[in-house]
Amino acid sequence: MIRSCLFIPANNPAMIQNADLFGADAVIFDLEDAVAVEEKDAARSLLREYFKVFAPAARVFVRVNNAPEWLLPDLEAVFSDKIDAVILPKADAAACGRLREALLRLEKERRISKSIGIIPLIESARAVLAADSLASLSGVVGLMLGAEDFTADMEIERSKSGEEISYPRARIAIAARANRVIAVDTPFTDVNDEDGLASDAARARALGMSAKAAIHPRQVEIINRVFSPRPAQIEWATRVLEKSKAEKGVFSLDGKMVDQPVIERAKTIIEKAKRYKLL
Amino acid sequence: MKNALDRHVPAGFTPYSGGIDKETLRPRIHKRPAVNKKDKLVSDIALVFDRLKIGDGATLSFHHHLRAGDEVMNLALSEAKRRGLKNLTLAPSSVFPNHKLLAEMIESGAVRRIYTDYLNGPAAAAICGGKMDGLLVMDTHGGRSYAIETGDIEIDVAFIATPCATAAGDGNGFFGPSACGSLGYAVSDMYYAKRKVVVTDYLVEEVENKQIIGEYIDYVLKVDRIGRREGIMSGTTRITRDPVGLLIADAAARVLAAAGALEDGFSFQTGAGGISLAVADRLKRYIKEKNISAAFASGGITEYIVAMHNEGLVRDLYDVQCFDLAAVASIGKNERHRAISAAQYASILENNVADRLDIVILGATEVDTDFNVNVTTASDGLIIGGSGGHADTANGARITVIVTPLLKTRLPVVKDRVVTVTTPGRDVDIVVTERGIAVNPARADLLEKLAGKGLPLVTIEELRDKAIKIAGRPERVPLGKRVVGVVRHRDLSVVDAIYETGGRR
Repeated sequence: MIRSCLFIPANNPAMIQNADLFGADAVIFDLEDAVAVEEKDAARSLLREYFKVFAPAARVFVRVNNAPEWLLPDLEAVFSDKIDAVILPKADAAACGRLREALLRLEKERRISKSIGIIPLIESARAVLAADSLASLSGVVGLMLGAEDFTADMEIERSKSGEEISYPRARIAIAARANRVIAVDTPFTDVNDEDGLASDAARARALGMSAKAAIHPRQVEIINRVFSPRPAQIEWATRVLEKSKAEKGVFSLDGKMVDQPVIERAKTIIEKAKRYKLL
Repeated sequence: MKNALDRHVPAGFTPYSGGIDKETLRPRIHKRPAVNKKDKLVSDIALVFDRLKIGDGATLSFHHHLRAGDEVMNLALSEAKRRGLKNLTLAPSSVFPNHKLLAEMIESGAVRRIYTDYLNGPAAAAICGGKMDGLLVMDTHGGRSYAIETGDIEIDVAFIATPCATAAGDGNGFFGPSACGSLGYAVSDMYYAKRKVVVTDYLVEEVENKQIIGEYIDYVLKVDRIGRREGIMSGTTRITRDPVGLLIADAAARVLAAAGALEDGFSFQTGAGGISLAVADRLKRYIKEKNISAAFASGGITEYIVAMHNEGLVRDLYDVQCFDLAAVASIGKNERHRAISAAQYASILENNVADRLDIVILGATEVDTDFNVNVTTASDGLIIGGSGGHADTANGARITVIVTPLLKTRLPVVKDRVVTVTTPGRDVDIVVTERGIAVNPARADLLEKLAGKGLPLVTIEELRDKAIKIAGRPERVPLGKRVVGVVRHRDLSVVDAIYETGGRR
């Protein structure tokens, strides 16, 4: 259960060192787009050393390079039991399969008992259509939307209001939910527009996205707020659960019917509130 | 001899005893009105040297309100060099990198001793390289004023760069092409130096709100320019955008609120550093939210603090030094934005502002596990600054908060022993970093107030250990054996010695 995933370029020592400070539920150490080709080796070695020293409280994701000549060296270099999931750019089923194979091999070779998950990055029309089958693949723990590449593939403009990504958001959210994995929304790229970020995150949440990527530490707090249960929701859920203890079957609260799905919803809200220390 | 901090004190100086004795004060000497009372206006520095008989062995003073744009010290030193003067002592309130000529005159042996509050650039490198015969004495801003008022520093001639002056020597820093605001650091020099020269590039008929008083001025030297504009405003700063800095600022504001220090009518000082300004921003939000106001803010005043004053969030500003143009514009027209002298700011002879502060927010180059703070030298011993008002306000304020990242360019800031003590740990209450907040165990009252408030409280040793776990334990750069300077507290007692670096840079 996460709300925010903060991208950290893996070649920047100052940023890596501080990755765990900003309250992100997960950090994504990026070996891909944030790192220039000539910096890849340095980034891998920096990240490997980081994992030796730090044990972040946040979940740890690593975005690797998709190209086969980069992917394996990335994994070989940074593989660690500190990693919770690998984010695979421009994902398709075949690439996810290769990644899964490599992860299983490394888990065995390095004798780690943990299973490292895969989060395919959905960045093309083809991948959006394949969201359900990608989410159902073995090892996949989440889906993430990459809106910049997706809109480039579609030859459509990106906008602040994000109508152009409503469909992929909804489709990814539904596919993720159907397969009980997380759905991570694309980052909001204007780091100075805090109101814009809040609206964008609210739209993603309304469509069923469970978390959102951040590209600047300042975005984390806003994303966490949007993806957390609101105080009124927590209060409502508390009352529902309290009353459900006394009532059998369907009952009424504030004139509205409460049945099992509503009770389940209230439980989820309380679980989230506890997890995010809102209770 | 060792002082209470187990630091070396050279012969002839008073060791720091572990506190400031504000009861047994040295007596003030008499103020010295001008000797020359007429025909003060001159246009040639050579004439000033002739008339005042500035010769070998003289002590000359300067202020640093023009900061890195200052051309007055260079002007006087050029004339001293032209005359081949030797054995000079200088007492500038600060020295900046543009004072290259000073470095040259240290190396040539013409300048043999310096008293200052802040020093960086070529002159610092020359001194640390062991090029000066005599000692460097680094005072606090309040300490410098105290030393001048009590005759510990005896100034033969004070050159007072004055952005706006009359031919009689009345002046202020509010107007003119080199306007820099308050001239607070020059006031003790004006009263107590034996002879005084106003140096100006803007002559006017009359000056209102004068901070420099003609009665004490012997000569007015009119020059084309006293400073470079861009250098004068070099103190201009902005709120940090660094996310780590903002985290630290948030934590500092929370800790102050939790300590109950932000009651209506509280007083505060923040530095002009990016994190300090971010703390001011957090205080501003808090003041607004609680619908209270601060009694006063002091120190170097910035645009940010001026804006808080204009919004009615801070009632009075006590300004010893303006850091930017907005502060300069405000001080010239706003009567509750008060220009104060260094003595009023921090001299222990006065009912000074520093002693009336509730809160001061300060930075640090290094902090040690005894809470001693270094802002004087880098980890290799090179002088990169100095107390300025750091030790004064830390000593005076009810709560002293140090805000600093735990690591700076891969070096732990919190360590076992600082290279140089600028501000003794006894005067430091809380150290706020991005990885925890350490409260000085001597402040049991604060520890009690802060417990159970959800703050990430740790011990200073835990902070040190966290830093070392991340960065490793840095090898200590060996310093030379020779003492090149001393650091004095506001009562002129020596808190530490400064050693030769051996020219590693």
